[in-house]
Amino acid sequence: MSTKIYDCLKTISEKIIENKDFLTDLDREIGDADHGVNMARGFQAVIEKVPEDEADIGAALKKTGMVLLSTVGGASGPLYGTAFMDAGKVLAGKTELTGADFGASLAAAIEGIKKRGHAEKGEKTMLDALIPAYDALSEKLSGGTDFSEALDTACQAANEGIEYTKTIAATKGRASYLGDRSIGHQDPGATSLTIILETIRDFLK
Amino acid sequence: MVGLVLVSHSSKIAEGLKDLTAEIAPDHKGIISAGGMEDGSIGTDAIRISEAIRQADDGDGVVVLADLGSGVMSSETAIELLEDENIKVKLADAPIVEGTIAAAVSAMVGSDLEAVQKAAEDCRGVKKIP
Repeated sequence: MSTKIYDCLKTISEKIIENKDFLTDLDREIGDADHGVNMARGFQAVIEKVPEDEADIGAALKKTGMVLLSTVGGASGPLYGTAFMDAGKVLAGKTELTGADFGASLAAAIEGIKKRGHAEKGEKTMLDALIPAYDALSEKLSGGTDFSEALDTACQAANEGIEYTKTIAATKGRASYLGDRSIGHQDPGATSLTIILETIRDFLK
Repeated sequence: MVGLVLVSHSSKIAEGLKDLTAEIAPDHKGIISAGGMEDGSIGTDAIRISEAIRQADDGDGVVVLADLGSGVMSSETAIELLEDENIKVKLADAPIVEGTIAAAVSAMVGSDLEAVQKAAEDCRGVKKIP
């Protein structure tokens, strides 16, 4: 029987594969038209290579990160790879996930992506969805809201983050070659990040 | 002798550069290409790069030369994956073709890790047409 974390990763993988063309189309507008293809290839490998019976959430995420590093191919490989590996370090040994655990793993993922991409908020990247999501989650949790509702708010914030990426020019990655012409387009990385967060939210319901 | 790892999105670029470098440094056994993905498609793979670094190292350290975008990011990731191992690695901020040739010449004459990295990075401002 497969573990809960494996099932969650499998659901994420299915969602990413389902959105392959959508993500690639977004990337065609401002990048090199490979985000969906690369992410789908990476997450297909994740469900093949992460052991179905891995109950340790940290170990499963670390393995996920390693697989993404070697299968995605584009910049999302080292970025998502580092995010999952660093999130996995925080969750090492855990087989259940509290809101606080999830928050800590998002914080680690943010730091990992900042380090790997030499990026900050406001550069039209996945951080523009992830940082607001983390902030919203933390605020709700510290106010006593339960995990499920806090996660709902985090997903809303991530979606607002996607909208925000339409209003700014890219300063990182291939889209930065376009300068102001990237304004008006939503960031593919912020979009895939939000799809992942929403899938986790729906899975935990 | 300082080793070199050549990282490109394309395995052909990395392999071709290795062949080119072998013309001027035929006796250097520690020049390893890590281009493309395992299945031959275009992309970079941090795990393959980290394995290439291990293979390139004879104890004197390794300089990594990368092409664009995720070439750099995957190389930085590869270096981090080796943190617990006793390998000295530097990522050169240099154009990959010119930098590799300069680094290979420097390594062949017995320069240390920092000097080989500098030889590569000194190529950044070199003009091709006077």
